[in-house]
Amino acid sequence: MLTGPRVYRVDWVLGTDRLRGFCFCGTSYDAEDPIELWAWLLAHPDSHGGTGPTEPEPADPPSGTVRDRQPVPA
Amino acid sequence: MTAFVRDQWYVAAYSREVGRELLGRTILGEPIVFYRTGDGEAVGLADRCVHRRFPLSESRLDGDTIVCGYHGFTYDSGGSCVFVPGQQRIPRTARVAAYPVVEQDSFVWVWIGDRAKADPALIPRAPWLADPNYTTVSGMEPLNARYMLLVDNLMDLSHETYLHGGYIGTPEVAETPIQTEVDEDSGIVYVSRHMDDAACPPFYAKSTGIEGRITRWQDIEYHPPCLYLLHSRIAPQGVYPPAEGPDDQAFHVEVVYAITPSTENTTYDFWAVARDFALDDEEVSRFLHSNNHTVVMQDVTALNLLEQVLVKEADGYQELSINIDTGGLAARRILKRMAERSRPEGAVTS
Ligand code: FES
Ligand SMILES: [Fe+2]
Ligand SMILES: [Zn+2]
Repeated sequence: MLTGPRVYRVDWVLGTDRLRGFCFCGTSYDAEDPIELWAWLLAHPDSHGGTGPTEPEPADPPSGTVRDRQPVPA
Repeated sequence: MTAFVRDQWYVAAYSREVGRELLGRTILGEPIVFYRTGDGEAVGLADRCVHRRFPLSESRLDGDTIVCGYHGFTYDSGGSCVFVPGQQRIPRTARVAAYPVVEQDSFVWVWIGDRAKADPALIPRAPWLADPNYTTVSGMEPLNARYMLLVDNLMDLSHETYLHGGYIGTPEVAETPIQTEVDEDSGIVYVSRHMDDAACPPFYAKSTGIEGRITRWQDIEYHPPCLYLLHSRIAPQGVYPPAEGPDDQAFHVEVVYAITPSTENTTYDFWAVARDFALDDEEVSRFLHSNNHTVVMQDVTALNLLEQVLVKEADGYQELSINIDTGGLAARRILKRMAERSRPEGAVTS
């Protein structure tokens, strides 16, 4: 898991063909096409009127994910 | 075609490749000669003699200086010409560029771009490769394909099922949903695929000794443009990391790639596999080396073929992206943005 203040996340919804994207502002959006989904996410705040980085609800990570794994400092 | 990203550190070689023999590599279109001084310092100089552009990598070392193989212009490790044949006066402009070079994590990194910005602290880490608690096998394959094809290839591991079936691919790899994350500020792309109940591919069955089904996690961490890390965790099915303490019931493999563009249509494909088990077992090392080499060559063959096809297509050729491409699309966007930001003022791009 990445933990920065501006992380976009896309989950492939289990058992479906849908992708669910989460903007760092906390808003989410479902799509079946990754290009459409990225276009929506990257259009923050125009596509969904979010305000800025907030604490989004943590989504369910894949089971057993090491949540505190930090990227190796670059 | 995605432009090069300049003002970045790139892996030019393994430290073991740079010694008292001259090594020529072309990085982002810049020919560079590498060697090691008598004091053990790695040096990278522009690989073209200022006189008539003879490649210095095809010349010879004399102590810490390179004597050009054509007419004998001699350069020190800082790139200054210290001798020209037949005359006393050394022209003031007789020097070749010296590149910033850093050795870290078993790699020789070179800075391509504006030297004033070359901060070694920016080099991303792959600490396992030089960690005594891991054993590493590694290699490098020249790829006759644009670097973006290797990025695409590595960001979507569902191809393992098809291109590497019988080695590292099993049906679950292509079937398991993935989670993709992008850190807008650092540019890091993370793709994780956690298979709770998967067949154990021969690559891991043979090296770990696990029999039966496994819990297999793949966590990709791509530090664009050059460094790609795949944290791979293999455990008997149902074994998860403990809430506290070391995850010692699992086997960990850190797969590291360095993706270094050489020319527009060629790339250096550095690969390394570091493991935290069977550390002294030579047979496991041999097996992992030959197996991973086979896997890399399967990719090389496929990407070389793909390059042949793409080079004949007009820019903006048609593609169709599906769910498995979410991470690859993210990586492409970040690279495009980095390339735009690193372009010298007024430069024309391809
Ligand atoms: S080309 Fe190097 S000395 Fe003439
Ligand atoms: Fe592959
Ligand atoms: Zn938003």
